[in-house]
Amino acid sequence: MEKVMSNKLVIALYVLPSLLLIMGIIYIPIVLTGYYGLNQWDGISKMVFIGLDNYKELVQDSAFWHSALHSLLLALFSGVSLIGYLGIAMVLSGKIKGANLLRKIYLVPMLLSSVAIAQLWLKIYHPTNGVLNSLLVSLGVDNPPSWLAEPSIVLIALFIPIIWQYAGFYILIYYAALKNIPESLMEAARIDGASPWQIATRIKLPLISEVIKVTVVLSVVGSLKYFDLIYVMTDGGPNGASEVMASYMYHKAFRSFDFGYGSAIGFFLLLICLVATFLIRKATASKETIQYS
Amino acid sequence: MPRNKITKSLVLTSMLALVLSGCGGGNGNNTAANNTAAPADTAASTEAPAPKVTLKMMHLWPAGSSAQQNKLVGQIIGDYQKEHPNVTIKQEVLENEQYKNKLKVLSASNELPDVGITWAAGFMEPYVMGGLFAPLDDILGGEQLKDKFVPGTTEAYAVDGKTYALPIELNISPIYYNKDIFAKYNLQVPTTYDEFKQVVKTLSDNGVAPIALGNKDRWTGSLWYMYLADRIAGSDTLKKATNGTGSFDDLGLIQAAAEVQTLVDMNAFNKGFNGLSNDEGKSEFMNEKAAMYLMGTWELPNFTTNPDIPQEFKDKVGFFKFPTVEGGKGNINSWVGGPGVGLFVAESSEVKEEAKAFVEYFVAKWGQDSVTTAGVIPATKVDTSNSELPQLYVDLLNELNNASSITLFADVQMKPNAAQVHLDMIQALFGTAVTPEQFAAKHKEAVDKGN
Repeated sequence: MEKVMSNKLVIALYVLPSLLLIMGIIYIPIVLTGYYGLNQWDGISKMVFIGLDNYKELVQDSAFWHSALHSLLLALFSGVSLIGYLGIAMVLSGKIKGANLLRKIYLVPMLLSSVAIAQLWLKIYHPTNGVLNSLLVSLGVDNPPSWLAEPSIVLIALFIPIIWQYAGFYILIYYAALKNIPESLMEAARIDGASPWQIATRIKLPLISEVIKVTVVLSVVGSLKYFDLIYVMTDGGPNGASEVMASYMYHKAFRSFDFGYGSAIGFFLLLICLVATFLIRKATASKETIQYS
Repeated sequence: MPRNKITKSLVLTSMLALVLSGCGGGNGNNTAANNTAAPADTAASTEAPAPKVTLKMMHLWPAGSSAQQNKLVGQIIGDYQKEHPNVTIKQEVLENEQYKNKLKVLSASNELPDVGITWAAGFMEPYVMGGLFAPLDDILGGEQLKDKFVPGTTEAYAVDGKTYALPIELNISPIYYNKDIFAKYNLQVPTTYDEFKQVVKTLSDNGVAPIALGNKDRWTGSLWYMYLADRIAGSDTLKKATNGTGSFDDLGLIQAAAEVQTLVDMNAFNKGFNGLSNDEGKSEFMNEKAAMYLMGTWELPNFTTNPDIPQEFKDKVGFFKFPTVEGGKGNINSWVGGPGVGLFVAESSEVKEEAKAFVEYFVAKWGQDSVTTAGVIPATKVDTSNSELPQLYVDLLNELNNASSITLFADVQMKPNAAQVHLDMIQALFGTAVTPEQFAAKHKEAVDKGN
C-alpha cells in the first residue's frame, strides 16, 4: 500500500478528480465572472469589452451602496445574535430538564427550505390576515404596521426569520463544541469553588474560542451573500428598502439584462467577503492555542 | 453560455477520471469505453423510420391559479399527440414571475425550450436580437392561420418586418367590481374620476378596502399609473413617452403620477399593498374584502368559467371602464392592454419544424376553444354566434371591438433596463418615496439611456 501511495502518478490520479471538480465549479467560474464584469453584455448577444467601466459605475451607484449597507446590517445583526445562540447552547449543554426536546425544537427551522420559511413568514406578516397583526389588533393596537410594505421596518422584519432560520445550525455547532470539553475540567473547577458563571466564561468560552471564530466568519460571510429569503419575501422592495448585494446583483443581471454589470457586482461581493474573512481572522488571531490538557 | 459549457465538460472529465481511477489503468478504461459505446451505436442504427420527437413546452398557467388555461393547454396537447403519435410534448409549468426569470436564465445558456411563451415588443427584443427566437412568418401565412388574427396583434411581435411569436391572447384591463359591496353602500358605477374618488372615499370611510392591489409585482401598480396618464395626458403622449419618442416630463404625465399618490393618501388600496404579490392582492377581491380590482381580461376565467370559484361570487362581479378625468385628453374607450402572451419557437431547437407545426396547431385550436373552455380572449378572431358565452365575457368582447385605442403595458413595451426602472419607480411612487417630478426624471434618464 505504501508503495502505491508513494507513486506520484497514483497521488495525482486520486487528487485529480476533486481538483478538477473544484476548479470547474468554483475557481474557473470566479475567474470568468471577473472577466464578464469587464464587458458590456446582455447575456444573449455578443460581449463588448469595456474595461473597468462597470466597476467605475458600481463605485458611484448609490443603489448598490444602499444594498451593501443592508447586507452589512444583516451581518452585524447575525453577528450579535451569535451571542444569543451561544447562551442557549450553554444552557442546553448543562444538565437541565428537557434539553433533549429543546435541542430538537431549535433545530426544526433548519429542516425547512428557505422558500417554505418565506411562505410561512409571509403568512405571519400579512397586513390584515396575518397572525402577527391579528394578535396586535386583539391587543388593542389600532393600526398595526404592514411589516413588509414599510421601508423603515421591512429590514428588521426580514432579519427576524433569517435569525430564526439559522438558530439551530449555530446552536448545534456550539453545543457539539461544548460537549467536547472534558467533564473533568469542570469538575476540578467546581472543587476549587468556581461559580457556574466563572466556569462558563473562564473555562468553556476559551476552550471553544476556535469554534466561535469559525462561526463568526460563517455568519458574516453568509450574511453578506444572503439572498433567498429576501428574494421570495420582498424581492428587494418596497422601492429597494430591503435590497441586499446578492439580490441587487440578481436584479441587474436577470431583470435588467445587464449581465456584465451583474458580474461586476458578483466579483465585488467576492472581494468584500474575502476582505471580511481576512479582517475577522486578523482581529481574532490569538498568540497561544488553548488545549484541553 | 461558454461558462456553463466549460463547467459541464469539466464535471464530465472529472467523472471520467473517477471511473479511470476505479479501473486502475488504461486497459480497463478502454474496454469500459468500448462497452458503453457499443449499445449506443446499435440503438441509433435500429431507430424506426418515423422518428420519435419530443417537444419541450414551457408555459405559465399553473393548475392552481390559472386552472382553465392549464386545462386547455393539456387538452390541445392531448389532441395533438393523438393526431401525431410520434410526437410527445413535455410541459413545464411555472408561475408568471418565475417564468420570466427562468426564461432569462435559460436564454443566457442558450437552452430555451422548443416552444415557449413570450411577451411582445421591448420584452421580446433582446431575445430576437440575440437570435434566440425563430421567425414564424411561414406559419403566420400558412393555411391554418392566414387572416385569422385580429389586426394589430401580430405587429407587436414583429421586429424588422419578421414575426417572432404568435399572440394567443388579446387583453384589455377593466376595473372589476363587486356589485354587492357597491349596492350595500348605494354606490353607482363611476364614469368620471371625481365620481370614482367619491366611491373610494365612501368605501374607505366605511372601512372597506376600495381597491385590491398587490404591488410587490409592480406591474400591477403600473396599470393604475398608465390609466391615469392615458386619461389626463392622452394615449399618444403616454405611448410616445414609453417608446422613447416623447418624454415623461410632460405635465400631464407628472399630474398622473401625482394622482396616484392622491389615491394612496385616500387609502384607496388595501393595506400593505407594496408588500403583497398580485395573487395576495387579488385574494382580497376574491374574498370580497376589497370592492374593486383593476386587471387584464386574462382574469376573466375566474369570474366566468372556472368551476372552482363559487357561482355566487361570479355573479357579483361586474366591470366598468376607467373613468375619464375632467379636462383630461383621454377617451373613456381607450384601454390599457394589448396582445398578451405569444408562443415562440427556439432558434436553437433541434426539432424546429415539428415545433412550428405544433405552434400553428396550438394557436388555431386555442383560438377556437379558449373562448368557451377557458374564457380567455384569443388574439385570433372570435366567432360569437354559435356558443353560449358568459355575459361578462361578451360585454368585454364588445368593448374590445369599440376600443378607440389600446396602449400596450409599459413594462412590456419598454426595453428591459428602462422597464425595470419604471417598475421600481412605480413601487416608489405608490410608497410615496419619490415625488411625481422625481418619478418623471428617473424615467427620462432611463429611457434616454436606451437599454
